[in-house]
Amino acid sequence: MKNEDLQNIINGLAENLAFSEEGSEFLNVTIPKEALHNVCSQLKSNSDLDFDYAYCITGMDWGEELGVIYHLESTKLKHKIVVKVMTDDRENPTLDSVWDIWRTAEFHELEVYDFFGVKFNNHPGLRRLFLTPDWDGWPLRKDYVDEANMIVK
Amino acid sequence: MGVDNKKRYVSQLEAEGLNEVVPDDFPGKIIPGGNGGNIVVTTLDSVINWGRKNSLWSLYFGTSCCAIEMMQTGAARNDYSRFGFEVARASARQADLIIIAGTIVNKMAPVLRRLYDQMAEPRYVIAMGACAISGGPFYYNSYSVVKGADHVIPVDVYVPGCPPRPEALLEGMIMLQKKIETENMSKKVNPIDGFDEGK
Amino acid sequence: MTDQKVKTKMKTEEYFVNMGPQHPAAHGVLRLLLTIDGEIIKNVEPDLGYIHRSIEKMCERDSYQQIVHLTDRMDYLSSHINNEAVCLTVEKGLEIEVSDRVKVIRTIIGELTRLASHQLWWGVMGMDLGALTTYFYAFRDRELINDIFEETCGARLTMNYFVPGGLMYDIHPNFVKRTKEFIAHFKTKLPEYDRLLTGNVIFEKRTKGVGMLTKEDAIAFGATGPVARGSGFASDIRKKDPYSAYDKVDFKEALFTEGDSYARYKVRIMEMWESMSIIDQLIDNIPEGNIKEPTKAVIKLPKGEFYQRVETARGELGVYINSTGTKNPYRVKFRSPGFSNLSVLNHISKGVKIADLVATMASFDFVIPDIDR
Repeated sequence: MKNEDLQNIINGLAENLAFSEEGSEFLNVTIPKEALHNVCSQLKSNSDLDFDYAYCITGMDWGEELGVIYHLESTKLKHKIVVKVMTDDRENPTLDSVWDIWRTAEFHELEVYDFFGVKFNNHPGLRRLFLTPDWDGWPLRKDYVDEANMIVK
Repeated sequence: MGVDNKKRYVSQLEAEGLNEVVPDDFPGKIIPGGNGGNIVVTTLDSVINWGRKNSLWSLYFGTSCCAIEMMQTGAARNDYSRFGFEVARASARQADLIIIAGTIVNKMAPVLRRLYDQMAEPRYVIAMGACAISGGPFYYNSYSVVKGADHVIPVDVYVPGCPPRPEALLEGMIMLQKKIETENMSKKVNPIDGFDEGK
Repeated sequence: MTDQKVKTKMKTEEYFVNMGPQHPAAHGVLRLLLTIDGEIIKNVEPDLGYIHRSIEKMCERDSYQQIVHLTDRMDYLSSHINNEAVCLTVEKGLEIEVSDRVKVIRTIIGELTRLASHQLWWGVMGMDLGALTTYFYAFRDRELINDIFEETCGARLTMNYFVPGGLMYDIHPNFVKRTKEFIAHFKTKLPEYDRLLTGNVIFEKRTKGVGMLTKEDAIAFGATGPVARGSGFASDIRKKDPYSAYDKVDFKEALFTEGDSYARYKVRIMEMWESMSIIDQLIDNIPEGNIKEPTKAVIKLPKGEFYQRVETARGELGVYINSTGTKNPYRVKFRSPGFSNLSVLNHISKGVKIADLVATMASFDFVIPDIDR
């Protein structure tokens, strides 16, 4: 399905969605964080869209905002889309979890929590996955500094 | 019948040109005594060291890419069991050598220390690959890599390479055998003493 | 006492067993916390991070040519294909089109890497289930591929032969001859592997019906590679989004629908046959052309996001580069195949015995540095 048709259908699902195609080969949709779970479940259940395969879930630090980028694909209709969601709060960032829509998000959201500190509502068990449980700080944020271990070149 | 023709004495075998009973590098002399006994003349140090170095059994400890080269060294083309490293044991209590093949990370360091403590003395350590020697390609800009396995346990032999060739690992193992030959039981120094305080 | 009386009088408790980081069947340093009741597993919780080397953070301070050498060490058994993924992403950003010669050579070397990785998987799978002979057979044949790589690329395991823009240097004059000899030799060996393991009664009893994964679960959990193809989900990137020279060759996608460990085993054996057929089609007509397109010494990608997927021996590897126009990338993310496959493990291991868990893990073919990055 072409990008314009996708844009028309998705535009009707919620308000305040921002679409853009510059700097990327896919259609990018930025969703406000309150509407995330609603829009995502419609992306999966709507039979014209049918995005059932989330192939890459990335945490991201844009400098002032933290967020998550979802790359989605449909196995039957063969189109792809990129969904972005961000939050301004750096002290206590919270987003909705989509693990009940795509089961693969359970592990990927653990990874985002481990490295960026983003908490997810309704996640079955949020815990540190890669680092030791008593690690201090969120390593992949841009303002992470660790003089003891990191030798910076 | 077989009983009467059985060769019992080393002197009998040597007379017939069969010298395979005693290996070439056995440290000491064998003097055939009378009545079926032989007398072995050697020093206790050299014969115990000879026994130890020719049968070092290593522990399965491969964390990352160097483990593949270690497995390749144990496979058919380069075979480390020619030199006595016959079996790789899965339990630390039954092994006398750890070959640290791979990167040691902050989360793995206590596990390595616990494995080393579980081994019975005498125990030896070979650090294989650049990551185990000094952090390797992960030295700069990494917050979770321990810059060298000798921050955690004392190391005997370092084998450089990324990953080292099987021949390089074999040379490291033979170097360890030469080091064991020169050990002295009365003046034995345990490398773990004083390690934690920073020797 | 009848059976029923014994059962109601015996009280069993669940307890935790640690299948620890150092374990002969763990394929690396994977720690599994098993909650078991007798010998039946109730819950499997993986504990990762014992080889987490923070590669993504390191990439933010390296130049684009330097990122390539770090990807070698992630999934070290398909190291060439990992390098290819990063090179293709950078070339997509710079909008360079490499010559046909480079594409064909990259495809041939990628398929040789896939063969080497599957050989090692086969050897280790036999070893996990108790058949030690397979280890020696597999490594004997793998050495021949290592020799071919050593002559051309210089190293045996972590080769850094692909660069953004093409290859580092031309292939050795002996490459074509040695590859053809190897393929002719291996075609006689693969039926030998079949005689050893595939029809073996013990092997079949231990893998048939073990670790069932349905197609809907495979899609929902994001499974890729032979794990997904053993359950009927056609996920081969070489067919869906072809790259390099895969659109010019003719090969079948290995797809089975049973979903158990035996199906995953058959998928990989069939992939080995298909790899040899791809190499046969390409090896005789390598076209002439440039080895490397000219790029600047300091590569700067334009502002934007770039994503490229390739099919490694374990599944789909995705490279996501977000660049702000400077000489270092702003964020690099590697979507690793093993990470999504690992999330399936808890779901399919409820109610099986520990020995079945070992057989399932062997058929999944994990490489832990790929999961931990």
